[in-house]
Amino acid sequence: MAHTHADHAGHGHVHDEHAHGPERGIMRWIKTTNHKDLGTLYLWFSGIMFVIGGLMSLGIRLELFHPGLQYMDPETFNQLTTMHALVMIFGGVMPAFVGLANWQVPLMIGCSDLALPRVNNWGFWILPFAFTLLLSTFFLPGGAPAAGWTLYPPLVLQTGNSFPLLIFAIHLMGISSITGAINIIVTILNMRAPGMTLLKMPLFVWSWLITAYLLIAVMPVLAGAVTMLLTDKYFGTSFFNAGGGGDPVMFEHIFWFFGHPEVYIMILPAFGIISTIVPTFARKPLFGYASMVYAMASIAFLSFIVWAHHMFTVGIPLAGELFFMFSTMLISVPTGVKVFNWVATMWKGSMSFETPMLFAIAFIFLFTIGGFSGLMLALAPVDFQYHNTYFVVAHFHYVLVPGAVFAIMAAIYYWIPKWTGVMYNETLGKIHFWWSAIFINVIFFPQHFLGLAGMPRRIPDYAVQFTDFNEISSIGAFLFFIGQFIFIYNILRCALFRKGLKPAAARVWEGAHGLEWTVPSPAPYHTFEDPPQEVDTETPWVAGHPAVAH
Amino acid sequence: MASQSHAANPHSRYYVPHPSAWPFALTVGLALIVYGVAGWLEQRQVPTTLLVSAGALLAVYIIFSWFRGVALESEHGAYNAQVDRTFRWGMSWFIFSEVMFFGAFFGALFYTRVLSVPWLGGAGAKLLTNLVLWPHFEAVWPSNGPAHIGGDFEPMEAWGLPAINTVLLISSSFTVTWAHHALKDNRRGRCIAFMLLTIALGATFLGLQAHEYIHAYTVQNMTLHSGVYGSTFFMLTGFHGLHVTLGTLMLIIITIRLALGHFKPDHHFGFEGVAWYWHFVDVVWILLFTFVYVL
Repeated sequence: MAHTHADHAGHGHVHDEHAHGPERGIMRWIKTTNHKDLGTLYLWFSGIMFVIGGLMSLGIRLELFHPGLQYMDPETFNQLTTMHALVMIFGGVMPAFVGLANWQVPLMIGCSDLALPRVNNWGFWILPFAFTLLLSTFFLPGGAPAAGWTLYPPLVLQTGNSFPLLIFAIHLMGISSITGAINIIVTILNMRAPGMTLLKMPLFVWSWLITAYLLIAVMPVLAGAVTMLLTDKYFGTSFFNAGGGGDPVMFEHIFWFFGHPEVYIMILPAFGIISTIVPTFARKPLFGYASMVYAMASIAFLSFIVWAHHMFTVGIPLAGELFFMFSTMLISVPTGVKVFNWVATMWKGSMSFETPMLFAIAFIFLFTIGGFSGLMLALAPVDFQYHNTYFVVAHFHYVLVPGAVFAIMAAIYYWIPKWTGVMYNETLGKIHFWWSAIFINVIFFPQHFLGLAGMPRRIPDYAVQFTDFNEISSIGAFLFFIGQFIFIYNILRCALFRKGLKPAAARVWEGAHGLEWTVPSPAPYHTFEDPPQEVDTETPWVAGHPAVAH
Repeated sequence: MASQSHAANPHSRYYVPHPSAWPFALTVGLALIVYGVAGWLEQRQVPTTLLVSAGALLAVYIIFSWFRGVALESEHGAYNAQVDRTFRWGMSWFIFSEVMFFGAFFGALFYTRVLSVPWLGGAGAKLLTNLVLWPHFEAVWPSNGPAHIGGDFEPMEAWGLPAINTVLLISSSFTVTWAHHALKDNRRGRCIAFMLLTIALGATFLGLQAHEYIHAYTVQNMTLHSGVYGSTFFMLTGFHGLHVTLGTLMLIIITIRLALGHFKPDHHFGFEGVAWYWHFVDVVWILLFTFVYVL
C-alpha cells in the first residue's frame, strides 16, 4: 500500500488520459475513493432504506386502518414507529443528501474529488454496518427499540437486548455524519475553482456548507446524550435519574439541542436543490441570491436557540416557554424570504414543466403548508392542545416527505442524465409526479383533522370517530408506496438498463447554469483534475450570479 | 520515482489516493467491537472476548497502517499546499466536533448544578416537587441526589493533586510549543527533547489522575454511582483522560517520526495537528478544573 500512492502521484503528470479507471467487481465499490462512486453508493443505500422504512410505515398504516388491534400487538407497533423514524432520518434522508453532495459538490465547484477521499469511503461504509446492527434488533428476544426515535428516558431505559445495539448504531451513524460533513465543508472551503468566491457558489453548495456546519456541531451532542443513556442503564450513573440529582427532562434538552438543528440538516440541502431547479426551468436568474444565503445562515443560527419548542408541555419555566416560542416564530422570517424568492424567480419567467420542476413547485406549495402548521405548533399555549397528536405527525411529514423527499426526487430527475448519460422517461416522470403529489396529500392532509380532533400519535388503537380519516390516510399510504415503483423503474432504466433511452447532452437543460454542465454526460470517472482555469469570474456559474441578473 | 516528479513540480494536481481497503476494514473492526460489547452488556450468548479482541486488533492495525500510509505519502511529497490546507481545515473541524462532544457533558453539569438539583430542593416554582416527592432534601453541591445514591462520599478537593495536574498540563502546552519553535528553527535534537518532556508531563498527569481515581474509589467512596456528582465528575474527567491518553500516544508517534527524520522546518502539519490537539485537551482541562473541581 505504501508504494502505490507514490506511483499514482507521479503518473498523473505523465499522461493526460488516465489508466486509473474503476476496479472491477465488488472490490470497486468496497475500495473506491471516487466521489461519483461513493455518491452512487450513498444513493443506492438511501433508496434501500427508503423502501425498508416505507414498508414499516405501511405496517403502521395497516394497523391504523381500523380501530382496535388487528394485525400486531402494541409492542410491535411501537417498534415500527421507532424504527421507521430512525431508518428514514438516518438511513433515508441524510444519506440521500450526502450522496447528492458527493456527486454534485465537486462538479459544481470544479475540483477533482472531495478533500479526503479515503475518509469519504469510511463515512459511507459505516452506514451499512450501522443499519445492519440496528435492523438486526428485530430478531433479538424482546424485538427492536420501541421507545420512539427521540429515546426519552426513563422509557427507553426499559429497552431489552436491543438497547446497546441501538446506542452503538447511533454512535456509528454519528461518526459517518461527522466525517462526511468535515469532508464536504473542507472541500467547499478549500477546493473551489479559482475565481469562485463564496458569494458566487451555487446555492446547493451553500446549502451544504451550512448543513455540514450544523452536522459537525450537533452530531457529537447526540453522541454524548446517548452515551449518558448507556451509562445510566449499565454503569450506574444518574444523569436522568431524579433520585440521584439528575433529571429525565435534561435528556430532552440535550437531545433537542441536537434534534432541532437536525431538522434543518434534513431541509437545508432541499432548499439548495429547489434554488437550483427553479431558475433553470423559469429560465431566469434566482431572485435574491444573497438574501437566500443570508436566510439559510439565519435559519442555521436560529436552529440552535429553539429546541425547547419540542418540550412545551414538559413543565419548563414560563420564561423558557416565551423565549422558545418567540425564537421559533422568528424562523418564519428567513423561511418566508426563501419562499418569496422562489416565487419571485418564477414571476414572468419563461417556464416549462419538466419533472424536476414539477417536484420543485410541489415542494414550494407543500413545504409551505408544513411551515404554516409549524408556525401553529410554535405557539406555546396552542401547542398544549396539539402536542403529541396527529397534527404533529401531519406537520413534520409535510416538511419531510413533500419537503425533503420531493426535493431528493427532483434532484435525482434533474441530475440523473448527467450521471448516467441518458434521459429518463419524461411521461413516466410526470405520472410519478402527479401520483405522488396527489397521494401524499391523501395520506397526510386528513391527519391534520385527526390531530385537531385529539387523536394521539404513537398509539395503535383509536376511538371510532377517527375511523374515516384514518382509512383515507391508510389508502393514500398504500397508493403512494405503489406509485414509487414508477420512479424506481424510471431511474433503474437510466442507471442499469440504458438501451433505447435518449442520450443526454452535456447541458441537459437549456436554462441550466453551472460547471457541472460543462462536462460531458455521463460525467467521466475523473473530472476537473485540473481546475477549470478558463472560466473567468464574469461567467455566470451560478444562475443567481449578479452578472446574469443584468 | 514519483517523488522526484513532485519535487520538480510542487504545484501539482490535488492528490487523490488510489482505491483503498483501509476504511472498509476499519469499519469491520469497529462493528466487531460494538457487537461484542453490546452482547456483553446484555449478557447474551455472544463470544465477547473474541469479537472485541479481533475487532480491536484489526482496528489498531488499520489505524496504524492508514496513518503510516499518510505519513509516507507526505514524506514522498505527494501532498501539495492545497492538501496541506485540507489537513488544517479538517483538523480544525474535527477539534470543533470534539468541543461539541464535551459540550454535551458540560451542559449536563451546568443543568444539574444550576437547575435540577436546586429544583429538587424546591427552588423556583418547584416547591411542591420538594415537599411532596423529596421532603427533607436540601439542595447543595456536591450532591448525590435526594435518594442519596451511592451513599456518603467525600467530594474531590481542588487544591491537591488536581492543582498539580493543572500545572503539569499547562506546562506541557508550553513545552510542545517550544518543541514546535525548535522544529521551525531546524534544531531537531532540541525539538525531540522538548517532545520527550511533553510526553513525560502528559504521562505524569495520567498517573496522578489514575491515583486520584483509585483514591476516590477506595478511600472517598466517590464513584460513578455517587449520584449526579459522581456521574458528571467521572464522565467529564474520564473522557478527558481518554483524550489525554490518545494525545500522549500521538505525541509519542510524532516523536518517533522526528527521530526518523520526518518533517521539515516549513512542512510539518502532522506535528502541528497533534500540537493543536494537545492544546485542545489542555483547554478542556482548564474548564474542568474550574467547573468540576474549584467552583
